[in-house]
Amino acid sequence: MAERADVVIVGAGHGGAQCAIALRQNGFEGTITVIGREPEHPYERPPLSKEYFAREKTFDRLYIRPPTFWAEKEITFKLGTEVTKVDPAAQELALSDGETYGYGKLVWATGGDPRRLSCSGADLAGVHAVRTREDCDTLMAEIDAGTKNVVVIGGGYIGLEAAAVLSKMGLKVTLLEALPRVLARVAGEPLSEFYQDEHRTHGVDLRTGVAVDCLVGDGHKVTGVQLAGGEVLGAEAVIVGIGIVPAVGPLILAGAAGANGVDVDEYCRTSLPDIYAIGDCAAFACDFAGATVMRVESVQNANDMATCVAKVICGDAKPYKAFPWFWSNQYDLRLQTAGINLGFDQTVIRGNPEDRSFSVIYLKEGKVLALDCVNAVKDYVQGRKLVEAGALPNVDRLADAGVPLKELLAG
Amino acid sequence: MPRLIVVDRSGDETAIHAEEGRSVMEAIRDNGFDELLALCGGCCSCATCHVFVDEDWTAATGAMSEDENDLLDSSDHRGARSRLSCQIAMTAALDGLRVAIAPED
Repeated sequence: MAERADVVIVGAGHGGAQCAIALRQNGFEGTITVIGREPEHPYERPPLSKEYFAREKTFDRLYIRPPTFWAEKEITFKLGTEVTKVDPAAQELALSDGETYGYGKLVWATGGDPRRLSCSGADLAGVHAVRTREDCDTLMAEIDAGTKNVVVIGGGYIGLEAAAVLSKMGLKVTLLEALPRVLARVAGEPLSEFYQDEHRTHGVDLRTGVAVDCLVGDGHKVTGVQLAGGEVLGAEAVIVGIGIVPAVGPLILAGAAGANGVDVDEYCRTSLPDIYAIGDCAAFACDFAGATVMRVESVQNANDMATCVAKVICGDAKPYKAFPWFWSNQYDLRLQTAGINLGFDQTVIRGNPEDRSFSVIYLKEGKVLALDCVNAVKDYVQGRKLVEAGALPNVDRLADAGVPLKELLAG
Repeated sequence: MPRLIVVDRSGDETAIHAEEGRSVMEAIRDNGFDELLALCGGCCSCATCHVFVDEDWTAATGAMSEDENDLLDSSDHRGARSRLSCQIAMTAALDGLRVAIAPED
């Protein structure tokens, strides 16, 4: 007879782990199984491009909970296993090991797979993503074996964080961004320019508006990156950080609605009965982005959606309205983001980027949508209140770092 | 290993062993308490590992950084004994430290 759990959570990342924890915290007494593709119990992903990568933290310090915790809470793990098919009518999953697994409720928390390059050479050894422990360990082992030149493709947060760690280690790092500036999808120009300058100051050969033609190799291992103009940048390792593709294939095949990820309502419900989705792979009408249907890729979102869905399953349904926030650490720079800047029509710089402590504030029709705060924790904490209040502050005062943001709540 | 006394949100008190050099947050998390979110993993970027340090221990745990102080301001439950537990490193001198997990924000 096939195995079954009252709640099956697919995905053992931040969202899946927190969903299981929150179910028990909310008094759920049924059986819970978490199915994870990787061999490890849930661990924190952000350090993979930061402290773990820099070897400031060992892997055992990354566990979201110690492995013994899960047994104590009677949460079953099926690791190293992928879900290949969802049958919503039978409420059954087909697994990569050939088994089937029944569910009462299904929580899809699979996140995404690193987007791969489509050019030739993308499959060569030495080409890495930074998404899993294995990705990171493989790359670190190559560095131990003598890798000195690394090309990072993609100037998003993952690529920039990896470049910061590698350049601090003394490697020769080239970072290539296809768009005219780094962080173009997520941040305004002042922030992009600041980070470009920082990376160049730290010795990174950062190039924007650059198209990659292909990766070149010796038949087995990558030896360089060929640009559209013909130039070849020699590299023993290439890191590809060009975003993720939501891992929702089986759900969409089963008939769930979704174009970019899987669509969920304000209670994290997909269009299929008893199937929920949370985290990076779930597209929802985001209150903090004018109800735009979007995916939010962050630990905060994975965690808070997980708590929301656990409460829904336990009969305490409240719409998902958690405040979005994010962080990125590069060199000695602590970036904290509050809100979502989608659709902004004005940016205000508060403080001086040359002081390496400043904030970029995003406005739409005068209303504060979001803030990117660099080494400016006070602005982050107080600015968050401006976003929550939908404040319409005076722009001159907003730009004046001498005026605390909390004084601008009233306008 | 130094002892750490943790008071959870229901008021129950448990003594645990905390490895020196690791943070109080890690000790709490790794000993099976599930009340601390510690979402940023201990890099002082959020305020989800908020604890109240017993009055007798506030001096021994040392001064907090400006960043920690600012982050604590985001909590509705901030008090005079508030700390982010990821920013207190366990040492032999802190043997017997008593902290209470702050209410959820």
